[in-house]
Amino acid sequence: MRTHEGTGWITLLRKELLRFWKVSFQTIAAPVLTSLLYLLVFAHMLESHVAVYDGTVGYTAFLVPGLVMMAVLQNAFANSSSSLIQSKITGNLIFVLLPPLSPGELFAAYVLGAMVRGLVVGLGVFLVTIWFAPSVLAMPFPWWALAFAALGSAILGTLGLIAGIWAEKFDQLAAFQNFIILPATFLSGVFYSIHSLPPFWQAASHLNPFFYMIDGFRYGFFGRSDVSPWLSLAVVAGSCAALTALTLALLGRGWRLRT
Amino acid sequence: MQSTSPPAAAVALSGITRRFGSVQALDGVDLVVEPGEFFGLLGPNGAGKTTLISILAGLTRADRGTARVMGHDVVADYRKARRALGVVPQELVFDPFFTVRETLRFQAGYFGLSGVDEWIDEILAHLDLTAKADANMRSLSGGMKRRVLVGQALVHKPPVIVLDEPTAGVDVELRRSLWAFVRKLNRDGHTIILTTHYLEEAEALCGRIAMLKAGRVVALDTTQNLLSRFAGITARLTADRLPSAWSGRDFRRESGVFHIALASYAELERLLADLRAEAIVIEALALAETDLEQVFLRIMKGEGAAAPGGVR
Repeated sequence: MRTHEGTGWITLLRKELLRFWKVSFQTIAAPVLTSLLYLLVFAHMLESHVAVYDGTVGYTAFLVPGLVMMAVLQNAFANSSSSLIQSKITGNLIFVLLPPLSPGELFAAYVLGAMVRGLVVGLGVFLVTIWFAPSVLAMPFPWWALAFAALGSAILGTLGLIAGIWAEKFDQLAAFQNFIILPATFLSGVFYSIHSLPPFWQAASHLNPFFYMIDGFRYGFFGRSDVSPWLSLAVVAGSCAALTALTLALLGRGWRLRT
Repeated sequence: MQSTSPPAAAVALSGITRRFGSVQALDGVDLVVEPGEFFGLLGPNGAGKTTLISILAGLTRADRGTARVMGHDVVADYRKARRALGVVPQELVFDPFFTVRETLRFQAGYFGLSGVDEWIDEILAHLDLTAKADANMRSLSGGMKRRVLVGQALVHKPPVIVLDEPTAGVDVELRRSLWAFVRKLNRDGHTIILTTHYLEEAEALCGRIAMLKAGRVVALDTTQNLLSRFAGITARLTADRLPSAWSGRDFRRESGVFHIALASYAELERLLADLRAEAIVIEALALAETDLEQVFLRIMKGEGAAAPGGVR
């Protein structure tokens, strides 16, 4: 038996990955199917009525990266938040709190686990939707798309961790998810370009950090975006850093985890 | 000149205070448990036992005071302190996603351990769980889940093991096999700290006992000293009444049976003589030596409460 100081978080990450993998119908296949249904319904209804970026991009192609990013964000949030709240409510969180895991290690394991789940589901959505819009494969700036997917999943994984730490019952977590995460995602430009909105709602969209995640992600696919990708990168990276600092402080204090 | 420092206490608590709202859960607890001891922590519900264990384990923070495990402060040096401590929690908790073996492997991994398969096999064998190694945790009986909890506490080979009411709701057979295993761990050098409501278990197993009441240590001594402090006999007498000379004595009456505390067998002789003298018919009479339960009850009532200061 050998001891490797500071490696406990790798085991916690493996546990987090195995947890969602063991129920992959629910955690991977179901959200992929949901996104596919969104695409089928919205693309069928709107393809011939809506053109985006001055008519250079068809609606179905525009929708694909939006749906991929929405899946990445929602599933990253779902992973860390559900893992933590289940562990809190069933009491098995004690197995993670008793070992010598530092706040940074707990953070790394839960957020990386959430990122992997988000990115795996996003890849699944991408693979099943490109059949309907093969043009998205052209991707002029794939590294931009990857950077926004990684940062977006990290932000939502971190938000999921905060929600899981804060919530004391499933109802509170559902409120966080349905009244904050879901509206912010839906109103971020997944289904439309904000240039199609009235001026007031365009301005309101700029206050939604989720808008920058999706707009920056789309830049990687089309080389076009509603705002500069550098601005989006700055907002998203800044949000990620601020949330990371907040979560590390909460974990360090043991807020709602250690009495 | 080379100086050798004395070995660190297995557990050292100094001035531990913790309040939850209006409840003073712990009120200045000082306690030292030496390496290799089998130590009992007793007290009624709400006395502060679980809070004390939670502070040792880093699950709860003390308002004041310090707690050390094998010389390591549980806050400032939490990594070493937690590595030295294995806790079997009171609640029957488990992760429903995993098998028994996965559960133990993960627990070892959280402590940064590799190459643990042989040790896990040994733990499974000792806890009679080998046949269930690949069964999902959900499919286990309550007693088996309890054994897995013990396994999880042992997987990183901690020198100090805390068992928080490990036999609550456990059948007799499992209780016996669990205690045989814990005794073996103690013989192998592990320090054992036990909380239990089964006082006959504490009497049989623990070399030293602390009794907590309302967050304070009200008794701390060897089990033998605690028993001898209240040495005597309890006579359970079924009769219409007691002799008149005994009406002012220490007794209680339950369901028509007098429970009379006697200092010695000579006093029993006097009781029998007085019964004969007043022609009181003895319907039934049973005698019992003082046990830990009686000591516990008397200390909780405030009799002879004494926590020798600085006792190690």
